[in-house]
Amino acid sequence: MQGQRTQGGPDSADPIIEARNVCVTYDLEHRDAMVLDDVSIDLRRGEILGVVGESGSGKSMLANAMMDAVEEPGITTGEVTYHPEDGGEPVDVLDLSTEKLKEFRWEEVSMVFQGALSSFNPTMSIRGHFEETLAAHDYDVEAGMDRARQLLSDLYLDPDRVLDSYAHELSGGMSQRALIALSLILEPQVLLMDEPTAALDLLMQRSILSLLADIKEKYDLTILFITHDLPLVAGLADRLAILYAFELAEVGTATQIAHDSKHPYTRALLQAVPNLDAPTDSMRPIEGTAPNPAHVPEGCHYAPRCPLATRECHEETPPWVDVEDDHRSACFHYDEAEDAVPFDLSEVSDA
Amino acid sequence: MSDRATTTGTTRDDDDIVMSLENVSVDFEKEQGVVESLFDEPETVQAVSDVSIDIPENDVLALVGESGCGKTTLGKTIIGVQRPTDGTVSYRGQDVWDAKDGRGDVTVPFDDIRRSLQMIHQDPGAALNPNRKVLTTLEAPLKKWDPEMSTEDRRARIFALLDRVGMEPPEDYAHRFPHQLSGGEQQRIALVRALLMNPDVILADEAVSALDVSLRVETMNLLLELQEQFNTSFVFISHNLSNARYLAQEAGGRIGIMYLGEIVEIGPPDEVLNDPQHPYTKVLRWATADLDPTAQEMTDPPVRSIDIPDPVNPPSGCRFHTRCPEAREACTTTAPELGEEAATANERCAACHRTDPDHDYWESEPLDGVEAAESPTLND
Repeated sequence: MQGQRTQGGPDSADPIIEARNVCVTYDLEHRDAMVLDDVSIDLRRGEILGVVGESGSGKSMLANAMMDAVEEPGITTGEVTYHPEDGGEPVDVLDLSTEKLKEFRWEEVSMVFQGALSSFNPTMSIRGHFEETLAAHDYDVEAGMDRARQLLSDLYLDPDRVLDSYAHELSGGMSQRALIALSLILEPQVLLMDEPTAALDLLMQRSILSLLADIKEKYDLTILFITHDLPLVAGLADRLAILYAFELAEVGTATQIAHDSKHPYTRALLQAVPNLDAPTDSMRPIEGTAPNPAHVPEGCHYAPRCPLATRECHEETPPWVDVEDDHRSACFHYDEAEDAVPFDLSEVSDA
Repeated sequence: MSDRATTTGTTRDDDDIVMSLENVSVDFEKEQGVVESLFDEPETVQAVSDVSIDIPENDVLALVGESGCGKTTLGKTIIGVQRPTDGTVSYRGQDVWDAKDGRGDVTVPFDDIRRSLQMIHQDPGAALNPNRKVLTTLEAPLKKWDPEMSTEDRRARIFALLDRVGMEPPEDYAHRFPHQLSGGEQQRIALVRALLMNPDVILADEAVSALDVSLRVETMNLLLELQEQFNTSFVFISHNLSNARYLAQEAGGRIGIMYLGEIVEIGPPDEVLNDPQHPYTKVLRWATADLDPTAQEMTDPPVRSIDIPDPVNPPSGCRFHTRCPEAREACTTTAPELGEEAATANERCAACHRTDPDHDYWESEPLDGVEAAESPTLND
């Protein structure tokens, strides 16, 4: 499975989390199910990295693997290295003891899931959640609560009202914002967000995204934003990573991916997304269906659906190719993708 | 747009109109505890407030709005599943709820009406019985409504429809259980079940939202094909402007924007979306992400409050005035009208004082947080 991927490495100057050859497998009775296959990517200090994939593409696994939170019986292999600020000792995340991992998870890297209602304890007030978290990590509760109030008002919430409420008394958008505030209470460096806005209305989604951009600046955060919604994250993210069927297909800056993608899957995905400005006849579905984890095809996982697939694609894992500075594509036919799957964003947006 | 004062658009022949809603309101009572119910009147939430709308044959109406705006309740009222508190709902001239209750001369029996109005749900997995094979699920409505039909005929009809929605070979799919189908395939089974009754109107409530991005266009294309083949009208409910626009545009239908129980703007998608008149429509447009990262800046939300007010006490006057970036004193007292022609017209209508250049609005004071006054601008 692990092909030689010498070209086009993920290396970057100042990574905060380095993931190398990360695999997550489930050992089923008859065969192994691979839900994350040899993913190498850097999360760079101070960036917002958008990870885009359809449901079941392994995108949540990537975030879970980054904080060693893959649930049993999933097995995470590979390397995840965390580089603390100011040149501290790098941390091997997959090797941390349970105790150290607990500290690492809230104080260095924090995670926000979709559906805030299920993240909050229904019998505890929002204030209780903040206080419990501060106390469990031996933080000064009073100073911490001042910070909580500040965070809540940064997220356009009325701190006193929200702190006194229970999760079910808040609207979906409000409890999701309260959850983001809670995740930042111990001043983490990195925020991993798994579809944090998926269950919310359009207007609330965009509002939260614009708040995130402000919060990131104010608190100097690095954000990994996982979503199935490419347009949603395109304007927020500095870089985008496209996952297809448990492996990375393409990584580049948001502009490179949206304007100049060199991977047939990314291009097909761009074509398939209903877009307000595009002429409706330019939207095309992707033929076929994504493979299931127990029957992942040999070679390139996208090959069975790809118009460019040749015998090579069905047999070998495609190498990473640096198509441009900071833009890599895992495709044998990256230079033909543009002609095979025509998609011109400038045409689409001007229409 | 230039002369909207003079025309009410192309009104259709009354014969073509399948469903007609007149001044429909739907109230819900909030649940109360035992003690509360002894002392207090139950609080009521008006889910739909004074809506009039017609659904012609072979048409698409896409309803868009935030959650809690009443779009699902309105959709259910249109297909005669939800009884309105006020107003009338009629199917080809027959009052649906009179037919149900047996009031007056019933020209169309309620059973016929019921069969002509079908629904597909958001989560196809939950809409299909997990213990039944696809075939059993699909046979049930035919057995109920046409018990005389022979088994061969019934199966032939089901297989033909499965074939038509692209599930080949149909015999294979018919003998599967729902968990053996993908989400897109499950949704197609739900669609086939609705189509077996040859309905006039199908309510598709967030029918593509749960599907993967790459499947949405495919599923909407299928809806469009079926609409053409079967002459079915769709009421398509979505919180996603892009999906609603795709379907309404391709079908030549209308898009209706809802806010707190009211339709605030309605019309052909290109007019509503490319040149929105209601400030709320503009806000929804802002909320719809552009695919081009260079074109979208992360600007602050163009509303004065990002949370929806409590629907139990909707704001006075225009219900949007508490969040509207353009609200003035006049908006807090008088509610703007959508106009009577909005129910049928194929022309855009918006319920906002700003569409009337002579309205008192222009003379009144802007509310707190609203940018300085501007003068009325006529549409060019």
